[in-house]
Amino acid sequence: MAHDLHLKDPLIEQRLFRNRMLVALAAVVVLLGVLVARFYNLQVVNYDDYRTQSDENRIQVRPVPPTRGLIYDRNGALLADNRPSYTLSIVHERIRDMDGTLELIGRLVQLDDADVKKFHQRLQRRRPFEPVPLRYRLTEEEIARISVNEFRLPGVSVEAELVRYYPQTDLFAHSVGYVGRISERELEDFSEEDVRRYRGTQSIGKVGLEKSYEDVLLGEVGFENVETNARGRVLRVLERQDPQPGSELTLHLDARLQQVASEALGENRGSVVAIDVKTGGVLAFVSKPSFDPNLFVTGISVKDYKALRDSIDVPLFNRAIQGQYPPGSTLKPLMGLGGLAAGVIDRQTKVRDPGWYKLPNDTRLYRDWKRWGHGKKVDLIQALTESCDVYFYDMAHRWNIDGMHDMATRFGLGARTGIDLPVERPGLFPSRAWKRGARGMPWFPGDNLNAVLGQGFVLATPLQLAVMTATIANRGTHYKPQVVMAIDGVEQPPEVLHHIEARPEHWDLIFEGMESVVYDTHGTGKKAGADLDFRVAGKTGTAQVVGIAQGEEYDSEALKERHRDHALFVAFAPVDDPQIAVAVLVENGETGGGVAAPVAREVFFDWLSRPFEDTASVLPGPVQPENGGIRG
Amino acid sequence: MSCPGQSSQKMEVSVASRDYMHRLPDTGGSLSRPASFSRRWHIDVPLLTLLILLCGVGLTVLYSASGGETHYVRRQAVFLCIAFVAMFVAANVPLDMYRRWSPWLYVAGCGMLVAVLFVGVGAKGAQRWLEIGGFRFQPSEALKLAVPMSVAAFLHRRTLPPSFITVLGALVIVAIPAALIVRQPDLGTSILIAASGLFALYLAGLSWKMIGGAAVALVASAWPIWQWGLRDYQKQRIMTLFDPDADRLGAGWNIFQSKAAIGSGGVYGKGYMQGTQSQLDFLPESHTDFIIAVLSEEWGMRGALLLLLLYVLIIARGIYISFMAQHVFGRLLAGSITLTFFVYVFVNIGMVTGLLPVVGVPLPLVSHGGTSAITLMAGFGILMAIGTEQRRVTF
Repeated sequence: MAHDLHLKDPLIEQRLFRNRMLVALAAVVVLLGVLVARFYNLQVVNYDDYRTQSDENRIQVRPVPPTRGLIYDRNGALLADNRPSYTLSIVHERIRDMDGTLELIGRLVQLDDADVKKFHQRLQRRRPFEPVPLRYRLTEEEIARISVNEFRLPGVSVEAELVRYYPQTDLFAHSVGYVGRISERELEDFSEEDVRRYRGTQSIGKVGLEKSYEDVLLGEVGFENVETNARGRVLRVLERQDPQPGSELTLHLDARLQQVASEALGENRGSVVAIDVKTGGVLAFVSKPSFDPNLFVTGISVKDYKALRDSIDVPLFNRAIQGQYPPGSTLKPLMGLGGLAAGVIDRQTKVRDPGWYKLPNDTRLYRDWKRWGHGKKVDLIQALTESCDVYFYDMAHRWNIDGMHDMATRFGLGARTGIDLPVERPGLFPSRAWKRGARGMPWFPGDNLNAVLGQGFVLATPLQLAVMTATIANRGTHYKPQVVMAIDGVEQPPEVLHHIEARPEHWDLIFEGMESVVYDTHGTGKKAGADLDFRVAGKTGTAQVVGIAQGEEYDSEALKERHRDHALFVAFAPVDDPQIAVAVLVENGETGGGVAAPVAREVFFDWLSRPFEDTASVLPGPVQPENGGIRG
Repeated sequence: MSCPGQSSQKMEVSVASRDYMHRLPDTGGSLSRPASFSRRWHIDVPLLTLLILLCGVGLTVLYSASGGETHYVRRQAVFLCIAFVAMFVAANVPLDMYRRWSPWLYVAGCGMLVAVLFVGVGAKGAQRWLEIGGFRFQPSEALKLAVPMSVAAFLHRRTLPPSFITVLGALVIVAIPAALIVRQPDLGTSILIAASGLFALYLAGLSWKMIGGAAVALVASAWPIWQWGLRDYQKQRIMTLFDPDADRLGAGWNIFQSKAAIGSGGVYGKGYMQGTQSQLDFLPESHTDFIIAVLSEEWGMRGALLLLLLYVLIIARGIYISFMAQHVFGRLLAGSITLTFFVYVFVNIGMVTGLLPVVGVPLPLVSHGGTSAITLMAGFGILMAIGTEQRRVTF
């Protein structure tokens, strides 16, 4: 360039360079200072925060669910067990692509839309970093396929979990009940404390003892601090507080007796409740038809549930405590005792029975079940033996509803028995006040006649009838019925609700009448005592079926069958030293003496005459020999 | 005059050098000693020592970062051996040759960059490699050296401080490869390469007025660049810088985890191979870009500062060499290589500690990676060539 005249001067250039380099050096020093300050800021000033962050990264507090308490029958037969089951779970926070992960899992294990839908519901209410179950009950092959592909599935894990198993299947479904997955609604009702206690636990008692003893069976949750890597894989346990397993329940129930009672009912629908007279312990508790409680444990399929729910036989219905039936003539011993105690009748009271009864100033005929009557001079013993209705009509007319109601109430009718099972129904024994309140009508004399025969408004559950019978057998000592005998080996003491005072000769009369029901040639319940080497006392009953639920289509044959009377029988044995009281109800069984009494006979025979060593042989499930020997 | 490196004339050299000792006392001291291996092969011993130390630290940390597996360590050791050979070769090329060949190197490099745009292969949506006969390489690596070399050579022949025309010429030299690399796209590398050229221009005496003007222009264009110049993922990286907690499991994950790793190391660290963040895989890219987080977690602030000290010493040696260089070309090239090296260090550590947005810049000679190590060591070889050149030209 023409005007670019100055020459290159090495010294000037060098000085220029040095100046520039020194400025750059200053900048370098400043920037280095920034880096040093940054390290100081991160590693010294905020050390605690970052230490916490990195610990939170790697250390997770995981709940260790307790094992649920086992349930044994009185002889140590296992009724509710825990078995390992493998669950595929996902930690949402570790998944970058949920849809892709689900798709991949779907190719490895069987996964239907319902699983995925439920999984998304569970995702909504998960706690952070908690594994959320996707599929339960993995097969061994599925577990293998998942573990082979583990590296492609960060955040996915297979977890072993103990789930409930009921080895006796349907035999104890209505007493032991079952557990199921904690539902949305149950979770909403949880208190803070419940949320803590159920961390890591996915099941909760839904019905039966599993529900009523939930607190005892659950146990106390433990915790462990585990170190995990970024994929959520647990590397080691740093600290652990062991869970406390739930308590073991030992029941009054006897698995073999239960089996016998259930078989004695055969194909019939109905209920058998047997009570230990000396303690109120429930020895057998049958409601048929039953169902397999194992279906519910990890979530029942819609199809299975619909089948159970829609069955005409309502297998989910617990007849023993929820079924309210007119008790019919099974009330007669109680009413007789009441009449004696009230002085309305005595041993000598005799009534002429032409086959009907008529109230004064009334044209309506109240018929006896026996068309031509029971004779001209029917006394209390004969009235019980042959179940003479007119005798009790006469007594009821001369007595009053207040006295009857008082007596029935003292034997536990019309109120929940307080058994340690949930959703018990109270039954009903009417009173003046009740009728005025519920029906808006005064008490009529004719109502007395219905009440004394256990009809009309009167309703009772099979359990209430068993308690009533046990109280008679006890000569007035009214025990609260109990299913659980011991919790963790600690005996639950029998609970006496009250004692019904009556003169001994009155009890003797009732005992004599009930014994005669079984042994008199005219007795209505003779089948209850056949071929037994001890004496049985009982009372038959039949209850009219009022109606069939509307809107259901049954074929005429089935309809006809379901319009038949219910058969009832209550009894206790042995008469000289009562041990066991039984109430049997057979729906549409027609005759108490013909259908229900033989069932009671099987129960008595098994309980009082069987060789003890045979306990194990009849049971379908495993027996724990070390716990054997508890026998009331 | 003969060079002391030539063994056939050893005796004459020692006699001749004695005469010079009186006249040039500050440069002649070393000349009295017999020619050592390092002198003969143009090795700068302090620099070599520091580099070996740095590589040793790098391999040690890499072993921990790969969880006690030797796979990466062995690979990296092989790379480093190749890199040291490259350094050795680069140190023994006469400086004049670099100056004279730099235009051709530059043209060839730009040609390859153009080729990359058309026939390049790539990963993750970027075309960065050329594949010739199964051998892959990144042309942009070659430009890391070719650009500062070309700018220095260009300025070498001009009067300094550079006139406006000269500045324009230098800017064109820088702009062409930078633009080509942005197209790949690889913004980080492009900026670093442009910076290496601009450093040479700055050191040559670019007037402060121009620097100030450029700075004003840069600030003024910040908004348009944000609006139209950046891609979404680049914007997100910058946003992450300001609020890393906003998206912990997404874009902020890397920074969140690396800060937790460094911070939790404290002053003394968790112990070698004991870093929970790195050993349990919470720290992403732990053996490449984020390796300093491993070091800081396991060796604490002590370790991090010691590593910084190593870098500082290397940079100091580079600056010293640039000060001692006799000619403009060597001076500018040495200064540019040294400052660029510092920029690598600063950008990487700034990124890992959450001061700068996440750009893919490895920690020099510590992060796992072959090409960058080879380029860097070749750069240090050139630095040594410059450092030993002064004696060559003294005679």
